[in-house]
Amino acid sequence: MGTDIPLVWYLVTALFMFVMGGIGVVVRRNPVVVFMCIELMLNATNLTFLAFARYQIASAQTPEAALQAAMSGQMMVIFVMAVAAAEVAVGLGIIMAIFRLKNEAGLDDMSTMRG
Amino acid sequence: MNVQAIVEGWAAGGAGPLGIPGPLVLAVTKVMLVVGAVLTLVPGLIWWERRLLSWMQDRIGPNRTGTITFGTKIAFRFFEIPLPKFLHNRKIRTFGLLQPIADGVKLFFKEDITPATIDRKVYFIAPALALFPAFALGGTLPWGASHVPFSEIAGGLYHILTPIADVEIGILYVLAISSLGAYGVILAGWASNNKYSLMGGLRASAQVISYELGMGVSLACVALAVGSLKMTEMVRAQEQPLWGGLPAVQNWFLFTPFGFVAAVIFLICIIAETNRAPFDLPEAENELIAGYHTEYSSMKFAVFFMGEYAAMFVLSGVFATVFLGGPNLMPVNWAYLADAYPAARGAFEGMAWVNYWLGPLAFLAKCAAGITFFIWLRATLPRLRYDQLMTLGWKVLLPAAVANFIVVGLWIVATEVYGPLGGWAAMLGAFAVLGVLYMNFAAATKASVLATGRRGVTMVDPSPRRSVKMVDPNKA
Amino acid sequence: MSGNQIVFIVLAAIACIGAAGVVVFGDNPVRSALFLVLNFFVLGFLYFTLGAQLLGISQILVYAGAIMVLFLFVIMMLQQQSAFLRSTESDGRGPIAWLLGATMFMTVGAAVLAPLGGVTGSPILDTFGTPQSIGKVLFTGYAWPFLISSVLLLVGIVGSILLAKRKF
Repeated sequence: MGTDIPLVWYLVTALFMFVMGGIGVVVRRNPVVVFMCIELMLNATNLTFLAFARYQIASAQTPEAALQAAMSGQMMVIFVMAVAAAEVAVGLGIIMAIFRLKNEAGLDDMSTMRG
Repeated sequence: MNVQAIVEGWAAGGAGPLGIPGPLVLAVTKVMLVVGAVLTLVPGLIWWERRLLSWMQDRIGPNRTGTITFGTKIAFRFFEIPLPKFLHNRKIRTFGLLQPIADGVKLFFKEDITPATIDRKVYFIAPALALFPAFALGGTLPWGASHVPFSEIAGGLYHILTPIADVEIGILYVLAISSLGAYGVILAGWASNNKYSLMGGLRASAQVISYELGMGVSLACVALAVGSLKMTEMVRAQEQPLWGGLPAVQNWFLFTPFGFVAAVIFLICIIAETNRAPFDLPEAENELIAGYHTEYSSMKFAVFFMGEYAAMFVLSGVFATVFLGGPNLMPVNWAYLADAYPAARGAFEGMAWVNYWLGPLAFLAKCAAGITFFIWLRATLPRLRYDQLMTLGWKVLLPAAVANFIVVGLWIVATEVYGPLGGWAAMLGAFAVLGVLYMNFAAATKASVLATGRRGVTMVDPSPRRSVKMVDPNKA
Repeated sequence: MSGNQIVFIVLAAIACIGAAGVVVFGDNPVRSALFLVLNFFVLGFLYFTLGAQLLGISQILVYAGAIMVLFLFVIMMLQQQSAFLRSTESDGRGPIAWLLGATMFMTVGAAVLAPLGGVTGSPILDTFGTPQSIGKVLFTGYAWPFLISSVLLLVGIVGSILLAKRKF
């Protein structure tokens, strides 16, 4: 089953998502929204990994190499998902703790450790 | 089979009615069969719940909507039509079956109140989001047998018509879509801009996340035993000989030790997922005033209601597929019996075909049984407290499901190394060890509880006493 | 334009709208989170178009079903506090960030993506995204990273419980 969608389409979609995430991290001062933008960037890279995994098969010389190429990208996506899940649990816990500890506003105010 | 020939023609790519491409017609037919069944059966379900519940509570319930009593004639203003003799003074009863329709009509014509300070867009999207997963869940449910009797190759009418998509990830699809069901509730609670609704939404999100885990792990036990995530494969695995040794009986997972544990956990989790009593904390009417749908009226409320019932229906279908042998009428291998007892071969073969053709009805009956169980629980158990709900989810169901998962793993490994008998010995031994561990743990917990004294909350009023001072008006 | 391409364009457009919505509606965190849910949900379908069934459904299960519910839960909990609402205002960095973003989009697009312009689809392996093949690779070649990620998740659970306790 082939596909007639060029690889670049996927990459452009992923790039757009990544750039949007990056802009969000810079523009927004709300820790939760910034966190969501980071998740967006992670997912953009996931899409890139998968797209390359899918389209690398053509250039592989042997069936083993094709399988290797197809699988390594998917493995990376799985690990990114696992890391992101752990990161969200801890990150949201930290955000909750900060808001409970000091009734202060956004990211710029969280600078108590600054010398 | 005429129908079968037509459907096979569509599947092969021929033109359907009106020149529409066959595969398209087939796809729409498949979807309509599931969605249509759910849509038509939900009103009946509501009636059944109300009747059964009132019967359990020693009431009568809705029993007279739609009762028609005939006289001797239909009288109009200027003329009258005499009725046939056999209808005179007859009563036609529908046992209140039309009550849900009357309720629906009532809800349609009620005033649709939209509060002023809501988040308008989210408020309108939320009911749709509550309804969508309930219908989408049916996508991988096989409601008919994938194999014709006496054939080892998948085929037959039901194989084409069901499930809508027989994907490799069938069971994960169920998990994924049912976890989306939380959004409708959460967003409704948030958009209503009402403290009670928000509480309901927060409770729903915490509840769904907690019970998703137990549900996932209990399904993983079955997937591990089957060796596939496909729904049709799960049904096929349950048509094997019971416990690997009794070929006359089917191996429904409810009858296997690990499957029974998984089934109990899964059943509790789906009740929590659908926010039904005793887990209906998000809409607890006596503490949260209906919780997330306090601010919803008219059709929007009806949509929430329908979503809940459809989800009940479809999740019962998942339970039937995974643990109750899917579309099989009885846990009997008719094909084996036909071979083993040639004297009664004809009868057994006939039963096999009955089992095949009545498969959808058997599936519906199993769904109905599951729903009846839901209603029974609602009538029996009081609502859990919030901390009890969390304790049950995280400290009981999840560890039990994980322990069960380990036991299934042990069973499979031991079966591969020592043969089937070794596998069973390992499974029973593992259950025994777990039981002993649990008893020790329970005893230790009880001892620690006894050591710390009474475990309860002492209500102390920290505020100064605000009693009303009685002043004698005559003295003042 | 073939059917595949139309499907892709529709899905990608929804994904991009979702991604843009996260940033544009950032002053209302719930809206922002909803757009992210939309993006993650459609992203799962984009994975399906790539033939990765298991990862697509995991994407919906993990991201849209669990992680985003957690996000919404936290947002609603914090919404009660005025500090959280104040923190949603953005400052004057907006235009510069958008400019930098556009620059990055065009630079990466021109430098990295342009040479890949000619690459199109190839015959897909039968076992590309099935649970069986992924499981086989995950438990053989990638068993070690898999175990480590499970330890990481355990640490995540313990850490979040510790953070959630009221007193340290």
